[in-house]
Amino acid sequence: MHYVLHYGQITSYLPYFIEGALLSLELSVLAFSAGLILAFALAILRNDGGPIASRLVRGYVAFFTNTPQLVQIYVIFFGLPDLGILFSPFAAVLIGMTLNAAAYLTEIVRAGLASVHQQELDAAETLGMGRLQTLRYVILPHVFQVSMPPLSNQYILMTLGTSMAAVFGVEELTGRAMNVNSTTFRSIEVFTTIAGLYVIITFIATILLAVFGRYAFRARVRVL
Amino acid sequence: MGIDILGQLPRLFSSYNLLLLGEAALTTLLLSAVGCVVGLVFGTLLSLARLARSWLVLPLKIFAIVYVEIFRRVPFLVTLLLFFFGAQVLGFDLSPLAIGIISTSVISTAFVAEIIRAGLVAVRPSQLEAASVMNFSAWQTLWLVRWPQAWPLILPPTFAYLVLFIKDTALASQIGVLELTQAGNILNTKGFSSLLVYSTVLVLYFVVSYPLARLGAHLESRLGAPRHSRSRGPLR
Amino acid sequence: MAHLDIRGLAARYADQIVLDGIDFSVERGEIVSLIGPSGSGKSTLLRVITGLLRPERGEIAVDGTPIDYGNRHSLRTTREKLAIVFQQYNLFGNMTVLRNVMIAPWKIRGRDKGEVEASARLLLEKVGLADKLNAYPDELSGGQQQRVAIARALCLKPEILLLDEVTSALDPERVSEVLETIKLLASENITLLIVSHEMNFVRDVSHRVAFMANGRIQEIGPPEQIFDAPLMERTREFTGKIARTG
Repeated sequence: MHYVLHYGQITSYLPYFIEGALLSLELSVLAFSAGLILAFALAILRNDGGPIASRLVRGYVAFFTNTPQLVQIYVIFFGLPDLGILFSPFAAVLIGMTLNAAAYLTEIVRAGLASVHQQELDAAETLGMGRLQTLRYVILPHVFQVSMPPLSNQYILMTLGTSMAAVFGVEELTGRAMNVNSTTFRSIEVFTTIAGLYVIITFIATILLAVFGRYAFRARVRVL
Repeated sequence: MGIDILGQLPRLFSSYNLLLLGEAALTTLLLSAVGCVVGLVFGTLLSLARLARSWLVLPLKIFAIVYVEIFRRVPFLVTLLLFFFGAQVLGFDLSPLAIGIISTSVISTAFVAEIIRAGLVAVRPSQLEAASVMNFSAWQTLWLVRWPQAWPLILPPTFAYLVLFIKDTALASQIGVLELTQAGNILNTKGFSSLLVYSTVLVLYFVVSYPLARLGAHLESRLGAPRHSRSRGPLR
Repeated sequence: MAHLDIRGLAARYADQIVLDGIDFSVERGEIVSLIGPSGSGKSTLLRVITGLLRPERGEIAVDGTPIDYGNRHSLRTTREKLAIVFQQYNLFGNMTVLRNVMIAPWKIRGRDKGEVEASARLLLEKVGLADKLNAYPDELSGGQQQRVAIARALCLKPEILLLDEVTSALDPERVSEVLETIKLLASENITLLIVSHEMNFVRDVSHRVAFMANGRIQEIGPPEQIFDAPLMERTREFTGKIARTG
């Protein structure tokens, strides 16, 4: 077992890795945002859309939460071309992650919506608030306050989930690590470095989300 | 074109292929289950180390905290690649399945350790105070009072984690483990329509995962965990 | 030698000074009650005696031996002589009533199982719960749980028994059943230290009563003194208020 660690060779690749990390960030932010919007729509559809819509949303959520994201993207990227629909690797990953995220986020949003007490709505009504005002001043702030911890958690999981984009050739952090690995063969150094980068990224994200949550919604999100 | 694809179905579900898929599904379950069992064993040790007060255990305690925080924040694919290429480069001759099991065990340990710790910490401090005033030693308190009250809070989330982890095992295909996703890749290379193959694989994952998920939900309501947490990610 | 001797005791809890110089002694077999407004430090004093809270200053001596809070052996020895019944009963939720009472004498102190079981059954009968031996705490009412807690404490055969507001968490109907139980104990010649708001009971049962306020003992003496002819204005105010509202 003769292996000497040469991190020097790898440090020159740091800018390259960080660029990759930015791409991971782009993926996670886009997928999360799109997924969240879709999740709101699905949550409302599930609650108020009638029995058929409700069943459909439940089916959607059950399907996407019980199957691997990797294979979902396989279907989009490799499978859809059989029907003539072609996506770039980045697009395929983004769509897959969005659809997957929406499923998990729907449940989180539903829980958040359900946590609004009738008393608060009654109070809003007696104060003369219209539906839109109630939404803006009572419902949404409360939903976000309650949902911040699980939403932050989901975001972190998604950040980790971006690493499978490498399988499809997307040059995000893991993909770049694989490139550098095949050129330098310094596997341990390469993968421990990006592991470290992922830890740093998620810590930063956690702290930012905790701070944001506390200031914007007075939500209490724990860091460690 | 759609008809062409559907026409492949009988050939796709040949007995050979079904066997392949069946075995692959078992491998998927194996990866997940072994990972979780190992996770329970070592996770218990790590969480006990974290709870310990004596300074003798301090190095282990620090190791436990660092280990858990790191492995919950590294993508599964990265851990897999690290162990896979790492083993190669260090000259270990391990099969992809072995690497897969090692990886799932290492990661499960981190996540399950967190679940166990949360369960132990959730036991009301007044129970522990009563024990200490009656001169229970630390071990006696743990064994007679804390653990019996903690395990109903630990079992459902651990089960939920097992179910969640089944999906992560799909990434083991990337290092060549013959689990469900890799079986799909093989069938794809054999010439079957990608859409058909991967949709089938999705359905198979669903068939495996959904009943277990329902069982887990049932367990949770039965054991009446009042403080449960949806997802046990890096943030609790 | 006093059974329990407290000198200059001061303690903090969450950065607040809760005990600000406590001095008093309790003789063997004596029953002393602590009364006073909430926040006066009565329960905290009990916590310090049991070793759950470390004092800042001062000393507690049991049979002349001071408690060394940094020393596990010292705490152990002290705890072998005492038992406490908590306000929230703190029965072990995962054990039956019988096991709750038996567990410490049997598994922790190593007494013979047969002897402990007989003792436990007798005690549970005395507190009127002979038919609940196999019930779990969450199946019992507050008053019943508190009686089990008392049986549990007594099964340890303590020299000193501490009762920390044992009726405060109970419905009024339940209070008397627990107080009756305690009156039974009062004849067993154990040293009792009782924290309570039940003034009539305190008056009936105590040899001496200590009035605490602001972390200090304002006045201590026999019940007749404290309730009928207090020396301090503060004491008079307090007992007066209680008399009017209680």
